[in-house]
Amino acid sequence: MTSIIEISDLLVQRNGRDALKIDALEIKRGETLAVVGPNGAGKSTFLLTLARLIKPTRGEIKFNGSPLLEWNELEYRRKIAFVFQDPLLMDMTVGQNIALGLKFRGADKDEIRTQVARWGKSLGVDSLSARRANQLSGGEAQRVSLARAFVLNPDLLLMDEPFSAVDPPTRAQLLEDLSNLLSSDQRTTIFVTHNLKEAAQVGDRMAAIINGELKQVGTPAQIKQKPASESVREFLKGL
Amino acid sequence: MFDSEVFKITLLSLQVSALATLISLLIGLPFGTWLALGNFRGRSVILSVINTGMALPPVVVGLVVAMTLWRSGALGSLQLIYTPAAIVIAQTVIAAPVVTGLTAAALESLDPRLAQQLLGLGASRLQMIWMLWREARLPLLAALMAGFGSVISEVGASMMVGGNIKGQTRVLTTAIVLETSKGEFQKALALSALLLILTYLINLALTLIQQKNARP
Repeated sequence: MTSIIEISDLLVQRNGRDALKIDALEIKRGETLAVVGPNGAGKSTFLLTLARLIKPTRGEIKFNGSPLLEWNELEYRRKIAFVFQDPLLMDMTVGQNIALGLKFRGADKDEIRTQVARWGKSLGVDSLSARRANQLSGGEAQRVSLARAFVLNPDLLLMDEPFSAVDPPTRAQLLEDLSNLLSSDQRTTIFVTHNLKEAAQVGDRMAAIINGELKQVGTPAQIKQKPASESVREFLKGL
Repeated sequence: MFDSEVFKITLLSLQVSALATLISLLIGLPFGTWLALGNFRGRSVILSVINTGMALPPVVVGLVVAMTLWRSGALGSLQLIYTPAAIVIAQTVIAAPVVTGLTAAALESLDPRLAQQLLGLGASRLQMIWMLWREARLPLLAALMAGFGSVISEVGASMMVGGNIKGQTRVLTTAIVLETSKGEFQKALALSALLLILTYLINLALTLIQQKNARP
């Protein structure tokens, strides 16, 4: 598998302090990397940096072999899709929300209609197409948020604790649906969570970020059996 | 009572206030957006100045604008004093901080992650701003109504820079002051009722548009 993301000597500072340090990390095309760590560890900073919503202080990130800074910002962002913890849907119908990113890219109406129908069905929200976003339940809204991201056919999908704001039964169902989608889709995904079970269910590999530093990368079993440092061991103990 | 002179006065009032509101919107919407989304040193100071500007006494604005437009003033060569254009300038100075300040407040009230989400879906900066305006359309319409309200009802600035000249710069508010000073209270009351009805109808139209867009 080739690498879609290569990171070296990365440092991101926020509000005058070191928020994230990654010496080296490669993310393979088609894999799902689950990023785990406690609250405030730097996981969201990692995703925001990859989305070019935060500028790194130092280091290099390569996307498809080229340094990120050489990519036109807009062109790069149209190759990725970001799903936040809260659905952050716009005040419009479900169908219009799912179509939003496609409209930004100037897709034609027929293409939009086809893709919105396809991904609405895949995420189980096709029957809600005409409903306004503020009339949805939490689980429905998060499904729409996922459909809105998948419809863009992104090279890289960034998900920041997408299920932490929904109730446990809904969360379990969403997780299963997402896992099935990711394994059939083979889409490169970075899935941030502080839940180890979720990470193990969704991720091909796991990356542990603790106190703003990437401590270990490996399969969920490897990290569980051989934590690379005391801080990783402590984090796993607390789960 | 409602003769051609009243019609002229009414028409002029609507024209100058509508134009001043439109210019204030063209200034205030982008400026307020920049203030709301920006992250730079001095932002709070600028916002404080804008918020202070929302309470500027119209007669003070009128005095400053008049002094600028007088023949001996900095822009005296433009010969705008005692013209409808002078009233538009003065009313724009009154309405622009209102529209700017309320625009900034409207956008700041949105979820701060909304802008990041839009960018994360591939929106360009312009597309992102357009979507944020769309999300804040109800308070932005309120900003427009507040801007219009601040100028259609003011008299101090219109008097100072317009001179209340019959057939040229007399608007409803200055006409009311004139009739009152002449002791013509019935005329003054009739003009007041006309002003209130006009203001109500315009705000009714804007409110209906606003509520049509309101969440169910």
